[in-house]
Amino acid sequence: MYWKTNLKYLAILLLIWFVVSFLFGILLAETLNQFHLGGFPLGFWFAHQGSIYMFVILIFVYVYLMNRLDKKFNVDEI
Amino acid sequence: MSAQTWTYILVGGTFLVYIIIAILSRAGSTKEFYVAGGGVSPIANGMATAADWMSAASFLSMTGLIAFMGFSGGQYLMGWTGGYVLLALLLAPYLRKFGKFTVPDFIGERYYSKNARLIALICALFVSFTYVVGQMKGVGVAFARFLNVPFDTGVLIGIGIVFFYAVLGGMKGITYTQVAQFCVLIFAFTVPAIFISLQMTGNPIPQLGFGSRGTDGVFLLEKLNQLSVDLGFDSYTSIDKNNLINMFFITGALMFGTAGLPHVIVRFFTVPRVKDARISAGWALLFIAILYTTAPAVAVFARTNILNSLSNASYEDVPSWFTNWERTGLLSFEDKNQD
Repeated sequence: MYWKTNLKYLAILLLIWFVVSFLFGILLAETLNQFHLGGFPLGFWFAHQGSIYMFVILIFVYVYLMNRLDKKFNVDEI
Repeated sequence: MSAQTWTYILVGGTFLVYIIIAILSRAGSTKEFYVAGGGVSPIANGMATAADWMSAASFLSMTGLIAFMGFSGGQYLMGWTGGYVLLALLLAPYLRKFGKFTVPDFIGERYYSKNARLIALICALFVSFTYVVGQMKGVGVAFARFLNVPFDTGVLIGIGIVFFYAVLGGMKGITYTQVAQFCVLIFAFTVPAIFISLQMTGNPIPQLGFGSRGTDGVFLLEKLNQLSVDLGFDSYTSIDKNNLINMFFITGALMFGTAGLPHVIVRFFTVPRVKDARISAGWALLFIAILYTTAPAVAVFARTNILNSLSNASYEDVPSWFTNWERTGLLSFEDKNQD
């Protein structure tokens, strides 16, 4: 159960990882560049800023989820 | 005092700090030498990882590369940071859990094979050696410029300092020197960026500044696009469709490569618990992200400035920084339209 939940978390987080960088930042950047975020074309923003912010958030979310999971299954290290 | 004297004092001062830290945190045991005794706090480990890894390439060259490449430069930004997600989710906690000192150790135990261990060792040496060559080039260039010594002497000075604190303090000395290095590095990179951003856009946060309006009321990126197009370059934010597949795979390669760097992986053996390994990857990426989100901003500021001040200038009129850098062989002046 523990391992299954871990894998589920990994799948979801890595999917977001792939979408923000490879899709939004590269493959779909052309389409997204039609939209603007302030002075940034959106696709350009994802490639040069947004994806990096998302990466940081992803790791901290993973840490939070795993610590909660460790507690739930009592495998928490002191 | 002249700028040169200040440079000597500041560079000498930081060397002194590193050496003092190394002496204070001398390693006393094997565990201290290889993994800093396994007792480094996750935040300190995050800073050390960030400094360890943001070296010559990120600090000296990447901004210029992005300024040169425009949108496609994003492959370095995403590639070198995205790898940390893989590292944090797929590698670091499990390696830490296994409780060995190095990756070849891990491979050897896990797959019950001395040969596998030997192959892992050769790979690690090969990767490290290639990496060190790049770093030493950076060290040489930096010292040649700032201490006014020949390139070779610069490399020798750099090797000497690193050798001293690495041998004396092992991983423990290196970890705490690198925490200090991170503070120096991030200060040196962000402070000028903040002031340039203030000057060019009135916004003190470079990450927002390069997406806002310049002093003349035009969005900075639009102005840069216009300047580039006027001079016959591609517009800065535009996407080269034929290059997208290259960019996709280069980004991927850089991500997987980053996740596999031996000197980064070994950092996660230095924290006490598995959950510390997880969170310290987060701290590391956060600290790295400070530089990696500032760099594209600096790239835009610098490119706008260069296009504004150097295009159509004659050689006699170029600013003094140009001739200073010309001596290191990194810049040159070319008369494209024979005037």
